[in-house]
Amino acid sequence: MPKLTINGKAVEVAPGVTVLQACQQAGFEVAHFCYHQRLAIAGNCRMCLVEQDKSPKPIASCAMPATEGMVIRTDSEMAKKARHGVMEFLLINHPLDCPICDQGGECDLQDQAMAYGFDRSRYLENKRAVKEKDFGPLVATAMTRCIHCTRCIRFATEIAGVEDLGATGRGENMEIGTYIERSLTSELSANIIDLCPVGALTAKPYAFVARPWELTKTESVDVLDAVGSNIRVDARGPAVLRVLPRLNEDVNEEWISDKTRFAVDGLLKRRLDRPYVRKAGKLEAASWPEAFAAISSRLKGVAGSRIAALSGNLADCEAMLALKDLMAALGSPHLDCRQDGAALDPSCRAGYVFNTTIAGIEQADACLLIGTNPRVEAAIVNARLRKRWLRGGFKAGAIGPKRDLTYPAAPLGAGPETLKDLAAGKHEWSETLKAAKNPMLILGMGALARKDGASILALARKLAEGAGMIREDWNGFNVLHTAAARVGGLDLGFVPGPGGKDVAGILAGCEKGEIEAVYLLGADEIDMKRLGRAFVIYQGHHGDAGAHRADVVLPGAAYTEKDATYVNTEGRVQLGRRAVFPPGDAREDWTILRALSEALGKTLPYDSLGALRRSMVKANPVFTHIDDAPRSAWGKFGKEGPVDSAPFVHPISDFHRTDAVSRASLTMAECAAALKREQEKTGTHG
Amino acid sequence: MLADKDRIFTNLYGTFDWRLEGSAGARRRGDWDGTKELILKGRDWIVNEVKASGLRGRGGAGFPTGLKWSFMPKTSDKPCYLVVNADESEPGTCKDRDIIRFDPHKLIEGALLASAAMGAHACYIYIRGEFYNEAVTLQHAIDEAYAAKLIGPNACGSGFDFDLYLHRGAGAYICGEETGLLESLEGKKGQPRLKPPFPAAVGLYGCPTTVNNVESIAVVPAILRRGASWFAAIGRPKNEGTKVYCISGHVEKPCNVEEAMGIPLKELIEKHASGVLGGWDNLLAVIPGGSSVPVIPKSVCDTVLMDFDALKDVKSGLGTAAVIVMDKSTDIVKAIARLAKFYKHESCGQCTPCREGTGWMWRVMERMVKGQAETREIDTLLQVSCEIEGHTICALGDAAAWPIQGLIRHFRPELERRIRDYRKMAAE
Repeated sequence: MPKLTINGKAVEVAPGVTVLQACQQAGFEVAHFCYHQRLAIAGNCRMCLVEQDKSPKPIASCAMPATEGMVIRTDSEMAKKARHGVMEFLLINHPLDCPICDQGGECDLQDQAMAYGFDRSRYLENKRAVKEKDFGPLVATAMTRCIHCTRCIRFATEIAGVEDLGATGRGENMEIGTYIERSLTSELSANIIDLCPVGALTAKPYAFVARPWELTKTESVDVLDAVGSNIRVDARGPAVLRVLPRLNEDVNEEWISDKTRFAVDGLLKRRLDRPYVRKAGKLEAASWPEAFAAISSRLKGVAGSRIAALSGNLADCEAMLALKDLMAALGSPHLDCRQDGAALDPSCRAGYVFNTTIAGIEQADACLLIGTNPRVEAAIVNARLRKRWLRGGFKAGAIGPKRDLTYPAAPLGAGPETLKDLAAGKHEWSETLKAAKNPMLILGMGALARKDGASILALARKLAEGAGMIREDWNGFNVLHTAAARVGGLDLGFVPGPGGKDVAGILAGCEKGEIEAVYLLGADEIDMKRLGRAFVIYQGHHGDAGAHRADVVLPGAAYTEKDATYVNTEGRVQLGRRAVFPPGDAREDWTILRALSEALGKTLPYDSLGALRRSMVKANPVFTHIDDAPRSAWGKFGKEGPVDSAPFVHPISDFHRTDAVSRASLTMAECAAALKREQEKTGTHG
Repeated sequence: MLADKDRIFTNLYGTFDWRLEGSAGARRRGDWDGTKELILKGRDWIVNEVKASGLRGRGGAGFPTGLKWSFMPKTSDKPCYLVVNADESEPGTCKDRDIIRFDPHKLIEGALLASAAMGAHACYIYIRGEFYNEAVTLQHAIDEAYAAKLIGPNACGSGFDFDLYLHRGAGAYICGEETGLLESLEGKKGQPRLKPPFPAAVGLYGCPTTVNNVESIAVVPAILRRGASWFAAIGRPKNEGTKVYCISGHVEKPCNVEEAMGIPLKELIEKHASGVLGGWDNLLAVIPGGSSVPVIPKSVCDTVLMDFDALKDVKSGLGTAAVIVMDKSTDIVKAIARLAKFYKHESCGQCTPCREGTGWMWRVMERMVKGQAETREIDTLLQVSCEIEGHTICALGDAAAWPIQGLIRHFRPELERRIRDYRKMAAE
């Protein structure tokens, strides 16, 4: 433990800590631009220069390891002069366009210029102008403002794992760019906007929309994938204007995927803002009582066994429990939260969550990917895997179509046959798993959402048990979900009751006319044609596939418009918070179900969110563990049986458009188009 | 004056054949004589001998070579490398070029001995891209040495395996900075690395590496053969040995010459370059160590000795010992402005003070040439140069600042006169 003196204060820091970190620990702020704790040290901005005893020159504190007996001064004449000098250099070629710069109000350079800058310039020459770049539909560039800290380059190459960005030219002609004009190709690309300490990289969809001080900031969680990234929702009036990441070391560190960040413009488009009732084949606007009356008159006398419910990928736990209770009151056992038909076994929690946890990936030393492409299914999980790989001593193998994951994954095979070999220990990669101290596997929906899913689940369990993945201190069995509602639905038992039909059974029942009425809680990803002549009640927030088919539409709230509970793929219970009110007549989802239950004469026993949440805890005590991913006990799950030899297919082909919100987003549509253009480019383009 | 018998570079002018064999070849001049025995004396002996000789790095910084070698780990689970810096780009300097041209075997033998001293089984010579003919010559010499089994597996029969690779740069001045060179050698953009860690700990491909100048390596065989005491007896204490000086500019006969360290500047110019054009009294100033060091006016030149410490005492430096002589016909401001442009052009752009400051200084200097400036801008310029100096990752920032500091230190009246004249002209 090196002891050093900083500004006369003795501090003891952990070995390996830099002088800058030591200063921060001692409570002295050191100005910096290029340094970022999650990126490699570049030491190029020179803002963090401090004085060290016996050193003739000031030292770059971000790069200097703290060693025993160092005497550091951050406020001496030498350090101050160095900082002033660097600040002056940074400003001489930085345009004075703060009034029209989107970074204004949240700009590191602006803030630090206030602290360390001069009040006037000694620079009499012309300022530099840099040719504009095009980084694609998400990142707006104003490269004249760039201070060459290279944070964006380091993020792209280290965290995102794409070599899209780099510096060309030298001296004052050095420019940050994509070498040849092209869009960024990473799913995490927009994080460079947060990293950029100046206004060189800003959000294109948010350009000139608002100033940071005008926004109300709400801490919430994301639902557009199953990671449950922690986010901050910035809204002004009724509109969500942007989403930013919120630090959570266990989940997303400080990154979010581009979809999480930029799909929010979809929250303003194609919204259901009033109830609709289908009359003479046409949906007509209605009032809430009219809609409820339409439902109760249609359901009157219908046996519970002829009613079914399906919940969608964005549903919150409160609404799912309310719907489950309502179905129980109506006497229906037919309900399912697994729209894609994934053969997840609700009986054992360890069999449907990401047991290792996202942070736990960093302890793993071998990872088997089964029918999953985490890069598009859960970009944040993929970033963790890459982070682990970068540290070395980590091997990955993949069963399924070959994809660039930003780290090497040995292609082991195409489908269940390979999994069988591995489970039997007959595959050559079995040795790698056996040799690993903490092996893990990630089972994707591409492997489970198929007819033989239950057998594959059982095979994966056998493999996990056989390869030493299940121990007292380690659980390497992981299911990677693609739907934010999935684990919550399974935790609440939103699955067929005794004698109940699952999603395939419900759809078949509809076709055959055995099911007369179907309640879709935001379920848009099923084949609507198969609902046949059934009476369809759609409760949701977007005019997507479900609403088009519905006979009655009940307008619900999107994830930014309600206080709701979500469980991410790790089984981590997290709270989303309301940032804005739902539009028009739309209501928070559980209140709709509560009101409907009354109209149907089956009043649900809760009048407040608190009471509902108490029932959730009663249904599953896991809901007491807010922000925590409790360990789940291992057990038997899956069903041993024959497997099909058909290869696994990845469930998500279009990263940018996976749900009602992102499908309504113009920004995501542009991204998808840009990505397609990039992929279709040949060597002769441009 | 250095006696002929004490000269190391006996073929500095290409009088004889640079090739290995032949009646006037390198072997006949003593290269590769008893190399095996030198290697067999062991790495510690070589390092100690070089330490005792007092050899200081000939690339410009003057760091003791033997000491640098001793920083290399004695045991390492990673390979160790020697990298020879032949990216000689310092304006005014052309010593390494002639060593490679006319005495390549001295460099190759030196590389072998230095590598043996550090346990480096591979050595890279990074040669400046513009030195095409020199690279061809050197490659030919390397091939000769391989063919003669002087290098390669069991080099010289010593049991030491040694491979030597020649790598051509692409002509960036910054790649002559040792860590910028390593980056470039690894195939990356030539930008100096942060230190610590120093190359001796984490160098080429993350392995322990020593980077030495061509001249530092090429003199090693002679030191080992003739003994450290012989080398140390030449020159002044702490500035021992011989040095190749490059004399250019306003002299009768510009030349490279090997001389003792600490020779008086005046003697060097008069004896070897036949004096300043128009006589010593026509001298205006001298840049004594390549473009990076501050200029010294005639009054200093009269007495100064050419070595690291003597030049440091007059606030200049020996640098690469490239003596740039300027007589009274020189527009000194324009000359320094040209150097400022050079550094602006060659800054890698990595760290802020150098990237932004070199361009600023050059633009101000361009105006100073015409006198189109305010008198107080001279002080601003000096302050800007001080804000760059010592605040950057590598020494290019210092190198850009020093010529301008030297100019202001010694020629401030000239700058002020130009500003006055310009004002007068503008007023008329």
